[in-house]
Amino acid sequence: MMAWLAQHRHAVAAACARFAAAPLGTALNVLALGIALSLPVALLVLIDNLQKGAQHITAEPQLSLYMDLSATREQALEIGKRLASNAGVRGARLVPREQALQELKQNSGLADVIDTLPGNPLPDAYVIDPRDGSPPALAALRSQFAAMPHVAQVELDAAWARRLDAGLRLGRLIVAIITALLALALIAITFNTVRLQVLTQREEIEVAKLIGATDTYVRRPFLYYGALQGCAGALLGWLIVAGGVWLVNRNLAELSQVYASLFELQYPNHTEVIELVAGAIAVNWFGAFLSVGRHLTLVEPGRH
Amino acid sequence: MISFSQVSKRYPGGHRALHDVSFTVETGELVFVCGPSGAGKSTLLKLLVAMERPTSGNIIVNGQNVGALKPRAIPFLRRNFGLVVQDHKLLYDRNVYENVALPLRILGYPEKGAARRVRAALDKVGLLKHERALPITLSGGEQQRLCIARAIVHRPRILVADEPTGNLDAEYGAAIGELIRALHQVGVTIIIATHDQTLLAQLAPRVIALKDGKLAA
Ligand SMILES: Nc1ncnc2c1ncn2[C@@H]1O[C@H](COP(=O)(O)OP(=O)(O)OP(=O)(O)O)[C@@H](O)[C@H]1O
Ligand SMILES: [Mg+2]
Repeated sequence: MMAWLAQHRHAVAAACARFAAAPLGTALNVLALGIALSLPVALLVLIDNLQKGAQHITAEPQLSLYMDLSATREQALEIGKRLASNAGVRGARLVPREQALQELKQNSGLADVIDTLPGNPLPDAYVIDPRDGSPPALAALRSQFAAMPHVAQVELDAAWARRLDAGLRLGRLIVAIITALLALALIAITFNTVRLQVLTQREEIEVAKLIGATDTYVRRPFLYYGALQGCAGALLGWLIVAGGVWLVNRNLAELSQVYASLFELQYPNHTEVIELVAGAIAVNWFGAFLSVGRHLTLVEPGRH
Repeated sequence: MISFSQVSKRYPGGHRALHDVSFTVETGELVFVCGPSGAGKSTLLKLLVAMERPTSGNIIVNGQNVGALKPRAIPFLRRNFGLVVQDHKLLYDRNVYENVALPLRILGYPEKGAARRVRAALDKVGLLKHERALPITLSGGEQQRLCIARAIVHRPRILVADEPTGNLDAEYGAAIGELIRALHQVGVTIIIATHDQTLLAQLAPRVIALKDGKLAA
């Protein structure tokens, strides 16, 4: 166990020594990784913030339920009872068709036109406050009410919130695709740097193999090299995004005085940072693993 | 412990470096492989430590058929050997101490005991005061002795050395001779390729003579 730990310690030290041996190359690599990784993180932060903002604005969404024009007042009141006893409904207010017409006359300035109509073109309606304002809950209530007898139509007055939600989901999908492409790019970058590492460490690998080093032993420093590079790149990517958020917030501070604290970007949260670092480490480790497996067979003592 | 039976080695390109070579070496024996330049001495040692594979014939070490070993088994075969190769294969970006410590590190030997063993090995070859020096700053003979220190630091059961006194002056040659004798006395099996007549006279070993890749009588 102690020996195993010591071997890993040596492998980490060897990996660090390789970083130190080429500080400029290492810095450029880490910079490339950091900038690449900052892109999906920045997008995620943006989406998170939009979502938070949307929740803020649509905290009190309402549903409008319209009866059939042919429905009687009794039938409308029957629906009212069912709404009142529905667990998902906080409150429901009846807007009788006469009142609706009256309001239309007063508000639209079309009183003359409306007076010429043979009957009341407006149905009885309910304005409903749901308990749960989240888009899926609203959608469920809506289809539930639409299925009730003599109900013509149920409208979500926050339909745009649903559209925003769909938009954000699309945004997340795009981020996922970008992330997958970046993972491939990261693998390619690490594959190449580790290939160069193997070639420059040729002598050392040869000697180690001659003395009886297993492939596992020889491979280890390269895997740590990849993993450490990924870790450094991810931390830099996070710093770039955090710096960006800080800058934006500082500039938004003046606006915020006008609009309370609505406009303040949130920093990437703990889980996102951990996922970023772990993901970058895993991806770069994998790139190093592929590369060292591919190139180690080229370095055999006695073969030139 | 070691046996070659009807071993031949033909290098790519067609040159036959060894032809139908058979011999055995018992545990604890001291054996010299002698012969003129190009006779196949280095080839024979390379086959023994699986740096090359025989074209035909069998090489058995500790009951294992070296030529048929799977790649992943080769490191464990090599751990039986302390190896001095003709072209040194030192790490020129590591100092003397680290070069000698390498085998112990690979074997996962505990750090504390390792330092003691490294210094003991360096002391035996007279390089203790150069502990911190880089190999490139050492003379040819000193580099040679460094190779020997690296080969014996993990106390291998078999020492395989290709021209271990090639660059040494008479005084150090004799010192290495004494070192080899001491290892032989504690039971290490030793196979040395050399044409150093002084060393031969000093140790009076069993000799396997090669000429043009064949055993000479
Ligand atoms: N990798 C190789 N490829 C092709 N031919 C080789 C190779 N290694 C050695 N040979 C040839 O095999 C023959 C034996 O070489 P080897 O190195 O075993 O000789 P040696 O007895 O060790 O010589 P020296 O005393 O000069 O070290 C030589 O003719 C050499 O040219
Ligand atoms: Mg030779």
